[in-house]
Amino acid sequence: MNINITVPENNTRPAEKCVTKLMVEQINLYYGSFQALRDITLDIPSCAITAIIGPSGCGKSSLLRLFNRMNDLIHGARVEGNIELDGIPVYDSKIDVVELRKRVGMVFQKPNPFPMSVFENVAYGPRRHGVKGRGRLDEIVEQSLHQAALWDEVKDKLGQSGLALSGGQQQRLCIARVLAVEPEVILMDEPCSALDPVATLRIEDLMRSLAEDYTIIIVTHNMQQAARVSDTAAFMMMEPDRAGVLVEYGPTAQLFTNPRDKRTEDYITGRFG
Amino acid sequence: METRTAFHKRLREIQDDVLALGSMVSKATLRSVEALKNRDLGLARQVVADDKKVNQKRFDIEEKCVQLIATQQPMASDLRIIVAVLNIITEMERIGDHAEGIARIAILIGDEPPLKPLIDIPRMAEQAVDMLRRTLDAFVNRDAATARKISAEDDTVDQLYDQVFRELLTFMAEDPRTITRATRLIWVAHNLERSADRVTNICERVVFVVTGKMEEIGASKY
Repeated sequence: MNINITVPENNTRPAEKCVTKLMVEQINLYYGSFQALRDITLDIPSCAITAIIGPSGCGKSSLLRLFNRMNDLIHGARVEGNIELDGIPVYDSKIDVVELRKRVGMVFQKPNPFPMSVFENVAYGPRRHGVKGRGRLDEIVEQSLHQAALWDEVKDKLGQSGLALSGGQQQRLCIARVLAVEPEVILMDEPCSALDPVATLRIEDLMRSLAEDYTIIIVTHNMQQAARVSDTAAFMMMEPDRAGVLVEYGPTAQLFTNPRDKRTEDYITGRFG
Repeated sequence: METRTAFHKRLREIQDDVLALGSMVSKATLRSVEALKNRDLGLARQVVADDKKVNQKRFDIEEKCVQLIATQQPMASDLRIIVAVLNIITEMERIGDHAEGIARIAILIGDEPPLKPLIDIPRMAEQAVDMLRRTLDAFVNRDAATARKISAEDDTVDQLYDQVFRELLTFMAEDPRTITRATRLIWVAHNLERSADRVTNICERVVFVVTGKMEEIGASKY
């Protein structure tokens, strides 16, 4: 299921930078004998925030984890089909998975700062990837915290434990940690489900500003959040054998005002699910 | 600290679009009367043609509002602004239709000799347009007091309408050959009187945005 890639209304990035970032082709995912995803095909544009919505258990997170091969860590997981990042097959045996996860970063449901200082949380990734020298690290930490809209709140407590921050700040710290290794794609799995409404809106605002430079894919239970924040949206659901399928994929405004598929309409209007 | 910058930016853009639509229908109103006054059929045809742009602009704004409602869950004053905009653009689109109506009458009259010099009709147009401009300022400034005051000015337009009506009636009574031409001018004045009424409806929406109350202010005598 492909959509025409146009610069979304929300975005100010020039059209020529708008290309297919991730191509998903005929993906089937199995956990042992259980089929979790069936025949998923979609193109994810670089210039947008793509939201994946659908009822619990429909395979949203499974799909998200395919993009940086987090499913490799699940015993018995098996993938058929093809996913390409900038035209390079992600599931090729020659792919360096560590390098892939640097390019495709991830933010999780629950803020999970390392039990170390704010500074070290952000510097951790670049250090692991070989960045040396206090000056360069200082620069990366400051820039990443700025981008994550957290700098002003933590600039005087960089030495304090990341765990001492509020939930919303911790989540922005986790986003800064991802940004520090200069990813191209940011995967977000329910990034606001542990946050209060105002902290949620702040993360959403941050996502919009990050969308200028990064490809963002967000999985959310919160349909309203998907509507607010995304440019393109994918609706998934479960078939009778519980395999997740893609029902509809298109511009967010269209999906929420005039969905093409009756099942999408029923789900977003609360008539099932 | 502002937390919904992207949403509020889109809301401001809609407000800018409302001002642009206001300027389009103001121009149409003034030009329709100018066309009538100067027997300028080209200008009249232009006003008729431009009304399509007014209608399109209204649909564009409406669509943007629907998208914001569907995707952004506007609350409180944000919601009131969007609801007000949906009403305001409907009123302005109708003001555009009144201007188009006047332009069509100008075309109908063609180059028939003028019945009388037009004085009060252009005044009505200027007054209606001035009221609209200040009402939209009040909308942008969230100024309910000014909106209420402007609404009361509709009486001036109503008085001008009375005057035009009585005067034309006299013409018709004195010389039945003037009936066709005089009737057409009454239609013109009626269009302008309706436009000013619609401005008062917009004033009500400005009050709603500010106070959250839907109230009728300054009911027109017509």
